[in-house]
Amino acid sequence: MSTTTVTPEPPHVLAVDDSIVDRAVISRLLRSSKYRVTTVDSGKRALEVLSLDGDNVHMIITDYCMPEMSGYELLKRVKESTELREIPVVLMSSENSPPRIRRCLEEGAEEFLIKPVRASDLSRLCSRLITTLR
Amino acid sequence: MEYSNLQRQAASLKKSLFDQGYLDEQFCQIEYLQDEASPNFTEEVVSLFFENSTRLMTNIEQAMEKNPRDFSRWDVNMQQLKGSCSSIGASRMKNECTSFRNICGDENAEGCMRSFQNLKREHGVLRQKLESYFQVLRQAGPAVTAARPRGM
Repeated sequence: MSTTTVTPEPPHVLAVDDSIVDRAVISRLLRSSKYRVTTVDSGKRALEVLSLDGDNVHMIITDYCMPEMSGYELLKRVKESTELREIPVVLMSSENSPPRIRRCLEEGAEEFLIKPVRASDLSRLCSRLITTLR
Repeated sequence: MEYSNLQRQAASLKKSLFDQGYLDEQFCQIEYLQDEASPNFTEEVVSLFFENSTRLMTNIEQAMEKNPRDFSRWDVNMQQLKGSCSSIGASRMKNECTSFRNICGDENAEGCMRSFQNLKREHGVLRQKLESYFQVLRQAGPAVTAARPRGM
């Protein structure tokens, strides 16, 4: 008999990235680890999904540099919302900027991944977060 | 396991893409994601990349014509392109993007033009080489795509 906690449905991850190539890669990375994934191309769209289905989103992974609303701004909006603030938010960026990373972590980001994101980054991250999702 | 000629050819094409610096490790990461559930994933992502990069390069070219010396606009577009290159392991293109951004930072318009021409050339060559690679892969059959030939 397994002693690990089995979730009834795979966790649902909301992936936010303005790059179509990165959305394809992130979503495949997550799906190959058996997560359900919704991808959107902007912070604005992410907030729309969250307002409709926030209860059903177990993690948000977002690019930092996006036009109009940055990943940082999205992070702030999520953490300022009573309904959404418990959802873990992970930032991704191709720029390895310690001040940027620090600011995001201070704002409540779970982790900051440097792009290109690899399978090992995500599996390490998700297995750590999964234990806190129940 | 005996590898057919086509499989050997595909492996050889891939090896030369790596040896000549066109591709880096990130391309392998993309290939590792391919499986029975997504048997054409690599080719699909590469196809998205070329659609996307062609569009971005057109934008940059237009920006260089219509917004001369608007270095920050050029840079923003180039940053996006660099990100895409990085995501699929298009190493030479990525390096040229970095070079462009440095030259852009120096506000050297002519240097940017030259760098952009290099980038267009790299883009064309990479596309051609990857198209050949995928063509041989398709002919070689599904078994070979995730296989690592002995000795590599």
